[in-house]
Amino acid sequence: MPRLSADARHRIRFELNGHTVEGDAEPRMLLTDFLRHTLGMTGTHVGCEHGVCGACTVEIDGVPARACLTLAVQADGARIRTVEGLAPAPRRLSVLQEAFRRHHALQCGFCTAGILMSLDHYLRHHPDPGEADLREFLSGHLCRCTGYAPILAAALDAAAKLREASAHA
Amino acid sequence: MTATGNRWCGQSVERVEDAALLTGHGRFIDDLGVRPGTLHAAILRSPHAHAKIRAIDVTAARKAPGVAAVITGAEVTALSASLVVGVRAPIECWPIAVERVRYTGEPVAVVVATDRYLAEDALEFIEVDYDPLPAVVDPLDALDPKQPALHEGLGGNVASERAFRYGDPERVFADAPHRVSVTIRYPRNSCTPIETYGLVAEYDAGEDAYDVLANFMGPFSLHAVMARALKVPGNRLRLRTPPDSGGSFGVKQGVFPYIVLMGIAARVAGRPVKWIEDRLEHLAASVSATNRVTTIEAAVDADGRVRALAWDQLEDVGAHIRAPEPATLYRMHGNLTGAYDIRHVSVRNRVVLTNKTPTGLNRGFGGPQMYYALERLMQRIAVELGLDPLDVIRKNLVPSGAFPYRTATGATLDSGEYAKALEIALADGGFAELRERQKAARAQGRIYGIGLTAAVEPSVSNMGYITTVLTPEERRKAGPKNGAQATATVSLDPLGGVSVHTASVPQGQGHRTVLAQIVADALGLKPSDIRVVADFDSAKDAWSIASGNYSSRFAAAVGGAAHLAAGKIKAKLARSAAAQLNVAAQDVEFADGRVRARGNPDNAIPFSRLAAASHWSPGLVAEENQALSETVFWTPPELTPPTEKDEINSSLCHGFIFDFCGVEVDRVTGAVRIDKYVTMHDCGRVLHPGMVAGQITGGFAQALGAALYEEYAYSPDGAFLSGTFADYLLPTTTEVPTPVILHIETPSPYTPLGAKGVGEGNCMSTPVCIANAVADALGLASVDLPMTPAKLAAHIHAEQPTRGRK
Repeated sequence: MPRLSADARHRIRFELNGHTVEGDAEPRMLLTDFLRHTLGMTGTHVGCEHGVCGACTVEIDGVPARACLTLAVQADGARIRTVEGLAPAPRRLSVLQEAFRRHHALQCGFCTAGILMSLDHYLRHHPDPGEADLREFLSGHLCRCTGYAPILAAALDAAAKLREASAHA
Repeated sequence: MTATGNRWCGQSVERVEDAALLTGHGRFIDDLGVRPGTLHAAILRSPHAHAKIRAIDVTAARKAPGVAAVITGAEVTALSASLVVGVRAPIECWPIAVERVRYTGEPVAVVVATDRYLAEDALEFIEVDYDPLPAVVDPLDALDPKQPALHEGLGGNVASERAFRYGDPERVFADAPHRVSVTIRYPRNSCTPIETYGLVAEYDAGEDAYDVLANFMGPFSLHAVMARALKVPGNRLRLRTPPDSGGSFGVKQGVFPYIVLMGIAARVAGRPVKWIEDRLEHLAASVSATNRVTTIEAAVDADGRVRALAWDQLEDVGAHIRAPEPATLYRMHGNLTGAYDIRHVSVRNRVVLTNKTPTGLNRGFGGPQMYYALERLMQRIAVELGLDPLDVIRKNLVPSGAFPYRTATGATLDSGEYAKALEIALADGGFAELRERQKAARAQGRIYGIGLTAAVEPSVSNMGYITTVLTPEERRKAGPKNGAQATATVSLDPLGGVSVHTASVPQGQGHRTVLAQIVADALGLKPSDIRVVADFDSAKDAWSIASGNYSSRFAAAVGGAAHLAAGKIKAKLARSAAAQLNVAAQDVEFADGRVRARGNPDNAIPFSRLAAASHWSPGLVAEENQALSETVFWTPPELTPPTEKDEINSSLCHGFIFDFCGVEVDRVTGAVRIDKYVTMHDCGRVLHPGMVAGQITGGFAQALGAALYEEYAYSPDGAFLSGTFADYLLPTTTEVPTPVILHIETPSPYTPLGAKGVGEGNCMSTPVCIANAVADALGLASVDLPMTPAKLAAHIHAEQPTRGRK
């Protein structure tokens, strides 16, 4: 493990949504600030900076993580996915994103990036969840606009559509 | 698909907002770039609830790395004026502590530095010498003249007291066969948007002008408060909002003192200053709903008919009366009889100051506090008189056919069919089955209760209601205040495209989508043909003091204004088209992107060609038909000032809600489980069913939080106890059930589209509906929020001594 100096900036390089990115950060810089303000990837949002609200959830090396509880230097060499990497192409949405739009599963959209990242991961590993499973899993995210009902509906719908797609694949 | 009429309104079309938000391309305040050289602010906040500031030493902080300036009360008082206070009292309200701190979390100093990390570092070097004072925390204590006064000029802590009398309440109470009363203590809570406050402030010394980008939501009456505080004319405070805002629910009204504070910081630093509030700051010191102690008494006939109400409301606005307070107390003034036909009312309203965060807008705004008292009272009337609570509600509802109905305190209930809505809810919501479930649960020894609530949901606030806090004589001196200007602009561009601008400042509701539906319907276009721009600029947009996103005014007022503006454009285009089509203007119809002769669709002009004509060939268009841009300012004439008798039509529209629920209380833990929740709404004409459902489920979840989990709690010495999301508990997917939503529609006769507000109703009806169910389950005469497991377990275990006890 490299030794870092508290008052120096260190070069950090990682894979973000399939592309190599790099920038400099002090050891204390949060991954959220690095993503948003150093790299300009503002899709990942900051809601509480103490790991409760889930808005900042990203995928680090295949596992959902709170970017607000992660230092940028910890991401060096990692593979990171953020909400900007979910859509298959510009002007197209993923199955999950489409389901969110169809079910009005977002209002202000501030918590949405984190919820999408968690669900994208979960549905890949749990293709046929029940509502109770989803309620349990999503309890790590706070949404103040929707009351969650349309989010659950969208997640169940997306899961069904993804199963259908993989059955025909 | 029909070619004319309301094709798009009423449909749950996909939102234009969503593609950007779902792909991480939203444009929230902290996503926007800033000018080179912009500084970042961090705020030092008071650790004390109440203390004199003997001295502040910022010398070391000023020398800290990256620091450009440090601002304290001295700079702020030198360069600005106190925020205007809404009651006649000798008190000031500054956006930073001046010689004294009055609540935990109050700003004491601002550091601006080259980045936020360095600004926070420098806070550590500021030395503040405090002389702690006893804190006044409980509003009842604030009535005690022996307690320390927060604002010395005031003498005590009662900032306002008014008594009101409607009908002949004393006689009715004297003659009443029964009197029933409840006393409730409504706690502090907040709807806590997931995005916190944020702004970028800039000062132009050459023009003595401020330019601020902030996720402020209105009301823009506060623009006047800010400009006066900054000592500039209104045209020298340019206020802009970002395209997206991460929720507000009233709360982002409270960013306004920071606009003043950071404006001063930018002026002192000579560079733009950006500040993004963090969550700990937000919970401790942004804004809170008021906590309120209410005693309400009813004069009741033996059959449950309520003849008179006596209200005694003690409102706690925290450490300052920050504008627009004490509006929370007066927003519901016209609606103090709820959904009921009660002609005799007395009211005593007192507003007190305590060492807590200043209060402000919060979804429901006065409704949660008021209905908690009124609907607990209705349940107690049933219990004390041995009646069915459902019959007590039925017997007192404003009768169908009585609309428009003028309430005793002055509101005009515009339309409704309350009894019909209630009966449909009972039938379609399965009330009889719910009572069977209760019977079965109780037979098994489970603790199960049913709660009911009827409520009137006001929307589109009268800007004059707050003046009810003044006496008629004070109002005469100040001049009458009333109305609620809504604005919308519809413009045509040189390619015939249609744009809409409003000052509705959406916070995620989907205003852009609904405005596109409304204007598409008016002009025979598709919503995708309409571009709606909702980010606001006070220097360029049409706006007035009522602009903004509050009091559920969008659908009823702003949507209506857009409809009217589109109608004006359409009338001009129709007259131009009539000449070209050789038909009368009334025989011109707009459909499918074409303007055509009714009954002869081949005789048509493309909409875009007609719409572009006034740009390219104005000489060929008659002057009265020039169609480029139309701005409508719409204010409903029904919103009149308070009368000499203090009657006030506090809101324009009044939706109706009837809720019922079944809850089970865990015998061991005291935890409440919502078994079933049914909510019936009449919000007039529904413009977008998906969004209306979203408002209801979202409001319901917040209300569930207020009922069971959330409280901004303070210790007796004024320390703040709910400073993280691990202490202030928001409901999650495991706590929030999906409610059954039902509708009837009685369109408002007072709004252009017949729509009424719907965004706040469940925050008013749901907390007390759940409380009535819990009270029914446990046989409680009195229950206060939040109904935490510990609180309810204490009731359960007090009744039944635990087995282990000898």
